[in-house]
Amino acid sequence: MNVMRLPKESVAKTLADARADFPILGEKVHGVPLIYLDSAASAQKPRAVIAAMLGTMERQYANVHRGLHWMSERTTDAYESARMAVARLLNAREPEEIVFVRNSTEAINLVAHSYGRGVLEPGRAVLISEMEHHSNIVPWQLLRDERGTGLRVVPVTDAGELDLAAYERLLAAGPVGLVSITHMSNVLGTVTPAERIIRLAHEAGAKVLLDGSQAIVHRPVDVQALDVDFYVFTGHKLYGPTGIGVLWARRELLERMPPFLGGGEMISEVTFERSRWAHVPHKFEAGTPAIVEAIGLGAAIRYVEEIGYPAITAHEAALTEHALARLASVEGLRVLGQAQDRGGVVSFAFERIHAHDVATLLDRSGIAVRAGHHCAEPLMRRFGLDSTARASFALYTTSGEIDALADALAKVREFFH
Amino acid sequence: MFGDLADLYQEVILEHSQRPRHGKRLACFDASAKGDNPMCGDRVQVFVKHAPDGAIADVGFEARGCAISVASADLMAEVVRGRSAAEVKEIAGKFRALARTGHSENPDDEALEALQPLAGVHSYPSRVKCATLAWHALLAALQGRKEASSE
Repeated sequence: MNVMRLPKESVAKTLADARADFPILGEKVHGVPLIYLDSAASAQKPRAVIAAMLGTMERQYANVHRGLHWMSERTTDAYESARMAVARLLNAREPEEIVFVRNSTEAINLVAHSYGRGVLEPGRAVLISEMEHHSNIVPWQLLRDERGTGLRVVPVTDAGELDLAAYERLLAAGPVGLVSITHMSNVLGTVTPAERIIRLAHEAGAKVLLDGSQAIVHRPVDVQALDVDFYVFTGHKLYGPTGIGVLWARRELLERMPPFLGGGEMISEVTFERSRWAHVPHKFEAGTPAIVEAIGLGAAIRYVEEIGYPAITAHEAALTEHALARLASVEGLRVLGQAQDRGGVVSFAFERIHAHDVATLLDRSGIAVRAGHHCAEPLMRRFGLDSTARASFALYTTSGEIDALADALAKVREFFH
Repeated sequence: MFGDLADLYQEVILEHSQRPRHGKRLACFDASAKGDNPMCGDRVQVFVKHAPDGAIADVGFEARGCAISVASADLMAEVVRGRSAAEVKEIAGKFRALARTGHSENPDDEALEALQPLAGVHSYPSRVKCATLAWHALLAALQGRKEASSE
């Protein structure tokens, strides 16, 4: 698998010099250095990822799983080694439990389609929470509208945490087939108590899907220790490219689920009378996959492993604590949520200044934040807001950048008063 | 610190966004329409009262949105008073061009002169829709529709 060998100098040995691995962080916007605090929307890419993708396209590329030639075999090796990297990252029992998809949205739609329509018993409801991203709301609404599958919503407390008492009541209120909940809120930064959610769901006879789009960036995830049933995440928030995401599920669930998309790659035999499906995971990977992107994701995972979750988690916890302290001292600024367990995502709003105006002013200081409803409109409504600005941190974020944000926010307030 | 942002957030804009003069639902109105910008969540509802001759007697609005969208709605309400639907349509077209390009064909035109402070949005492509949202809603109301989308 020589395609995966990366230039030594591009691999960070420690977190302290990791910043230099991200070429874009040296860019300027509006003549000032870029301060990128929008990693929860999409993270920047280290040279290792860029090099792996470029190297594939420049030296070793063909379609996978079909050509009986050298290039195709080498590319297939690299593609499947990315699957192994994902399996290792999640501590999956075997790489066959890893299905490559485009992103978390597609992964959840796959489960809603194949599990929701093919396996979930009629009469059993789906449980989601009030802090879900639209991608973990709408697929279940489509299922409800088509099949009459019940959809119940676990509320969020004023502190921005999952209301566990309400969760237990909803589990007891009628048969539940699947609990589909975020592992970490993209708005509040709240990390949900996954072990407890899963234990209670299993006691009630329900399976659990965790949306790990945010969580996997900040914390190690062990699907076997969690005892979860489905886990989804997207590559581009984990320093990988766009267009590649992951569905992990227990093998026995994948075996029972009918295919999602039909086409090439996912069959073992096709006649006009009938077709037989390929084994998992290929049953769920119709058509030519995102080959270069999967290889890029493999490189991103190796990069994260090289730095190590202990260092990443500690760094981001310190940044978050620093950010909460600094933002609390900005007059008139409200920070959403005070969850006990939270990751590096902080949403905030001024009483009388709209989030888009805040974002435009920050942009002129080189600071990139997200502003809007963050694809979580029900949660915004829960907190009585139309929109917030959100700063999110990554392994390359510095506390100096957070100081710059707090200073700029104080100036924003002056500007509008 | 915010450099050339003074072009976008001119005093006039800040004034109209913080203390809009027409930012209220009219007690009685003849037409009304909502505008919605789903990408950024800005919302506006425009209320129109006609004079006996069909011209616009008064415009009020309720808005939840950024400084640009509120200020633009307020300036619009001032500019369209006493004008016919045809005139409003013409001004709306010229204003859209002003917001997109930063220039207007007849800058001496009284209405466009009043709207000139919003010309700065042309440098911020993602904010042009904020400035034009209320105009879309007003045109929808004048056409008897209840809703307008921003583009």
